[in-house]
Amino acid sequence: MAVISESVKAMNGFKLHVVKTEKYKTNTLVWKMKAPLEKDTVTLRSLLPHVLQSSSSSYPATGKLRSYLDELYGATLFVDLAKKGEYHVITISVEIANEKFLSDPTPLLKKAFQFLSEILTKPNVQGGAFDQDTVEKEKRTLKQRIQSVYDDKMRYSNFRLVQEMCKDEPYALHVHGEKEDVDKITPESLYEYYQQAMAQDELDLYVIGDVDEADAESYARELLSLEERTPQAAPASGGRIRESVNEVREEQDVKQGKLNIGYRTKVVYGDSDYYALQVFNGIFGGFSHSKLFLNVREKASLAYYVASRLESHKGLMMVMSGIDNSNYDQAVNIIKEQLEAMKNGDFTEQEMEQTKAVIKNQLLETVDTARGIVEVLYHNVVSGKEITLQTWMDEMDKVTKEEIAETAKKVSLDTVYFLTGKEAGK
Amino acid sequence: MEKITFDQLQEELYYENLENGLDVYVLPKKGFNKTYATFTTKYGSIDNHFLPPGKDDFVNVPDGIAHFLEHKLFEKEDGDVFQQFSKQGASANAFTSFTRTAYLFSSTSNVELNLETLIDFVQDPYFTEKTVEKEKGIIGQEITMYDDNPDWRLYFGLIENMYKNHPVKIDIAGTIESISHITKDMLYECYETFYHPSNMLLFIVGPVDPDQIMSQVRTNQSKKDYKEMPEIKRQFEEEPAEAAEKKKVLEMNVQTSKCLVGIKSSNANQSGKEMLKNELSLNVLLDILFGKSSEHYSSLYNEGLIDDTFSFDYTQEQGFGFAMVGGDTNDPDRLADTLQKMLLDAREKGAISQETLDRTKKKKIGAFLRAVNSPEYIANQFTRYAFNEMDLFDVVPTLESITLEDVENAAGHLISEERFTVCQVVPKK
Repeated sequence: MAVISESVKAMNGFKLHVVKTEKYKTNTLVWKMKAPLEKDTVTLRSLLPHVLQSSSSSYPATGKLRSYLDELYGATLFVDLAKKGEYHVITISVEIANEKFLSDPTPLLKKAFQFLSEILTKPNVQGGAFDQDTVEKEKRTLKQRIQSVYDDKMRYSNFRLVQEMCKDEPYALHVHGEKEDVDKITPESLYEYYQQAMAQDELDLYVIGDVDEADAESYARELLSLEERTPQAAPASGGRIRESVNEVREEQDVKQGKLNIGYRTKVVYGDSDYYALQVFNGIFGGFSHSKLFLNVREKASLAYYVASRLESHKGLMMVMSGIDNSNYDQAVNIIKEQLEAMKNGDFTEQEMEQTKAVIKNQLLETVDTARGIVEVLYHNVVSGKEITLQTWMDEMDKVTKEEIAETAKKVSLDTVYFLTGKEAGK
Repeated sequence: MEKITFDQLQEELYYENLENGLDVYVLPKKGFNKTYATFTTKYGSIDNHFLPPGKDDFVNVPDGIAHFLEHKLFEKEDGDVFQQFSKQGASANAFTSFTRTAYLFSSTSNVELNLETLIDFVQDPYFTEKTVEKEKGIIGQEITMYDDNPDWRLYFGLIENMYKNHPVKIDIAGTIESISHITKDMLYECYETFYHPSNMLLFIVGPVDPDQIMSQVRTNQSKKDYKEMPEIKRQFEEEPAEAAEKKKVLEMNVQTSKCLVGIKSSNANQSGKEMLKNELSLNVLLDILFGKSSEHYSSLYNEGLIDDTFSFDYTQEQGFGFAMVGGDTNDPDRLADTLQKMLLDAREKGAISQETLDRTKKKKIGAFLRAVNSPEYIANQFTRYAFNEMDLFDVVPTLESITLEDVENAAGHLISEERFTVCQVVPKK
């Protein structure tokens, strides 16, 4: 069984991670920028990668920049933002064909490095400001992106749960920032923030593919040289405990009610009971053999989807389900009963073994994709731990029934959010 | 067992047509942890009017029944198959499209056992009135979920506009009303018609030994008694060339409007190499017109008519086909007009340059390499191609062979004002 092997080296201002594998027909570069999640910077950070990917000093128009990527056998350039615990992470990735599978043998990897370097270090800037047109266009798109969460009720209800549950914590911020802060951004203020982020963010570059490690290192050294830095740590996220459950009900014109329930797990990635938490979540609601799926969907026919998932760096568990508006009480009760069952150790050895096998399978499948490899390895950067995939799987194997029940007992209900349709007859 | 080698891609494909008619393909992928297998029948939501084996009369079945059957196949007398897969460390799933129903698993261990489970559960239906009734609540929630989804409503709204009679316009899951009529006997009738091995394809991709896999499947199938099946007879009503409706506006609980422009295809009865060339030419055309490096994309984006939800696609199967372009917008009417004008202009001689074509072909070739990193893509797309008598591994050579004339011809056939249609979702007043 091939488990990933990662080589990590300190470069100028960032860490280079190389994962050499022959299984892909492309090579992938993933650039990560991490800083604490804060109200003052979240919107700037959400806009920044979109401006960077739109134009650069050599490719001042998006059409030119994209044409160049097309010429490189459709190299892809993709930016993304994520919340990892109380951190806000910018991802910029470039994926490029491995020329050994093309009839044209021109080497492409170095071109991908050059391109990434261009995007990051030679932005379209004049007189201490980003190109005004680019910034204005991307501000408009960002506003639409923030607004669009409202139109997708599944995403909306999940966002609303987090907003209600983590009120007054940075984690309540939307990953794309705040709509009312977009207009305040100017080409100057964004450029100033760009310089700050490039000087202070924790930076990591992942290179995945059939690449020569020495080549990757020399390209990275030659093309990307940034100041040394000591990354800022986010304030401890703390697991605020509510005295009584926070119930929030919101009415909208929807046919299906969206039930989202948030719990505090008090366990984060790297804790000794993190593995037990993973197995707990798997038995409880992570899969189609889990208690939630069996009891809410298969037995009671209340839902099409019902699942739980963990936010590993924040210590949260979220249950989500789409139900008929009139079935709220029944669904909430079944979900509560299933959690009680977990706390009482009311699950079989077989459920436990089955769940471990499925989680292990899921981890191994995740690292079959370049993006998945980065996702798994990046947990260590966020947490400051060094846990290999093998350790993760071995530790999970050792988890006992008692440990799972103990971990379940730590899990406390925080907020029940329900997005419900308007009452009939209105 | 036949072995087919693709030198440029450095892949090998193994194939056998079994005695009962089942097509089996194995693509070994070294270095991957996961094995992914799909067991697919050429039976989807459009197959609602057919002749059941041994009967004299065609039947019409309720909308959504292929998808309903997909759900119900997972349930057995002794519990549900999801449980069994997860006991074996696998994750299982299924999906129903217009023309296919696929059952699949992926696993990094117990591959042999999981493959046996996959084949056996699909070939052993167990439908009862009670379990059929229970499923109506679950699928009812699935339908309601899609009813609230503006992108889904927009997509199906556009297809409904295009087709007057063809069942592609019916939502794959049906409606709460239509599924209420489904009975266990209807499920058996559909099953008997469409789940014969000669109408199915099994694809296995992963770090596997093709000899061992093939012999396992052969042994499994030889134990089952399948009678020879006559060719399946499906019926479709005559479909006019033009779009059934020119425009539809759906008011929904959204903040941002959405707009799609669709074109109903005129070349929908193709298969094999002809279809592959047409489909790829049209994909190249749309990329030239609306890809991120195109002038149109820049001008639409600069004007604020589109954002990063903008997309375009061409879909074709035997009997129907359509192109669609659009996304979220602040001005759905102006976007609709602008896109239609851009499409009409694309028919003019000289609208596309050789240089742009060459660049776009390179882009598409690179995109294919990226796609074949994914075992899921290979298995699902290979099956789709095979059901249309095309070969997935012909994509790169066919792309390389596409000329300016091919793209112009494809554009000339596709683009015609009478086959244009528009669907919009706008905020409820």
